Order: sequence, then structure tokens, then C-alpha cells
Amino acid sequence: MVTLQHYLFLSAVLFTLGVAGVMIRRNLIVILMSLELMLNAVNLSFIAFAKYLDSIEGQIFVLFIMVVAAAEVAVGLAIGVAVFRQRGTVDVNDINLMKW
Amino acid sequence: MEAVMFYVLAAITLISAIFVVFLRRPVHNVVFMIVTMIGLAGLFLLLHAEFVAMVQLIVYAGAVMVLFLFVIMLLNLETVNPAQDARAARMWVGALLSLGFLVLMGPVLKMIFPSGPTVGAAAFQPGMSNTEIVARELFTTYLLPFEIVSVLLLAAIIGTVIVSRKRSG
Repeated sequence: MVTLQHYLFLSAVLFTLGVAGVMIRRNLIVILMSLELMLNAVNLSFIAFAKYLDSIEGQIFVLFIMVVAAAEVAVGLAIGVAVFRQRGTVDVNDINLMKW
Repeated sequence: MEAVMFYVLAAITLISAIFVVFLRRPVHNVVFMIVTMIGLAGLFLLLHAEFVAMVQLIVYAGAVMVLFLFVIMLLNLETVNPAQDARAARMWVGALLSLGFLVLMGPVLKMIFPSGPTVGAAAFQPGMSNTEIVARELFTTYLLPFEIVSVLLLAAIIGTVIVSRKRSG
């Protein structure tokens, strides 16, 4: 029997992997991918809640999250391309002009 | 049967997510991200969210990941940037912090639902497909957010074009 707990735990582990990716990796594109991983973990818990609480709202919300994620990826990658043209790298250690 | 499916799909998703985070080359990361997306779509199917599962496959595994691949090819990272990730100290700090985060989440999850609530059936009537229910909600109750989201997409398109165009100066 698969309960809500199972899905929530899977979602938590996926989210943690995303967090680890953002903190460990220094490649801008991989960091964006880890962000996607976190958004997907949240989507999974939304869908699981939609099933186990018996309401369709979770699924609607996931659709909106997907739209926002797609917009975010498009803009993020565009910024990545622009940064690469300017600095010749996508390593976030080297992109520190606005950091300090 | 459902439990077996769940564990297989969860294993696929988790293992490929680990590869997404820890493999060196960005192209490999993208490929395993696609596997993760497919596993998640399978989980969505298991949760009777057929429409969202298909959108996941088409939009995420199809469009978004191809966009990632496209940008990686465009930047040609393999030659320019030979994977200078993860100084050891930072890696351990990151791993410890995210593990701490996971430990923090455990009791919170347990607290919300001590024992999983039972599966109801009202939103999943027979005779009405999942797509039909989603569409009905989306175009009645959530019509305004739906329209606003289209404006957001337009803004994202314009922003992307403006940010990534070549400066002539």
C-alpha cells in the first residue's frame, strides 16, 4: 500500500537533491537544472496531495507551476547566454561583478 | 502491483536525479534530467493525473530539456570550461547542509499527516476523464489566473529575446 507519506518522502529527497545541486555545482546551467529538479519535487507533492486529499486543485496548480518554470528557464538561459558572451564563462565563481 | 510500480518509478527518478546533480558533464546531466522527468511522469500517471503527466512529458522532457541541450551546444562548454566544479570544502559544506535540510523536513512531514489519509473519489468520478475535469476547472474557476499566465509567458518571450540578442555596439 502506497500512502501519501511515500510520495512526500520521495518529494523531499528529490527537493534535497536539488538543494545539494544548487550548493555544490558551480555551473550556471547545472544550477538552473537543479532548480528545475526542486520545482518538480514540489509538483510531485502537489499531485500526491491532489490524489490523497481528493481535490483537483493540486493538478491545476501544477500546470501553473510548469508555466512559471518554463518562463524562468527561458529567461535564465537567456541571461546565461548573455553572461557567456560578456565574460566567456558560466562558472558562477567567476561571475561576481555584482556580488560584493 | 501499485506498490511495485511506485518503487520502480521512485528508484528510476531518484537514481537519475543523483546523476543529474553529481555527474561532471552538463550534457550527461541533461540526459539524466530527461530520465527523471519520464519517471516523474510515470508517478503522475500512477496518481491518476494523466493530463499533467502528458504535459510533463511534452513540455519538460520535450521542450525545456531540449532548450537546455541547445544552450549547452551553443555555449560549447566542453572546450571552454572543462568542469571546474566543487572544491572539496564547499562540496562537503553543501552536502552536509542539504542533508540537514532533509533531516529537518522528516518530522515536518510526519507531523502533517501521521497516517496517510484514505483515498477519496469525488474529484475522480468515473465517466469523466482527468483532462475533462482539469479543463473544466481551468476555464471556469481559474480563468483569470490562466489569462494572467499568458501575459507572463509573453513577458518571458520578450525578455528572452531582448536579453539574448546581440548588441551591435
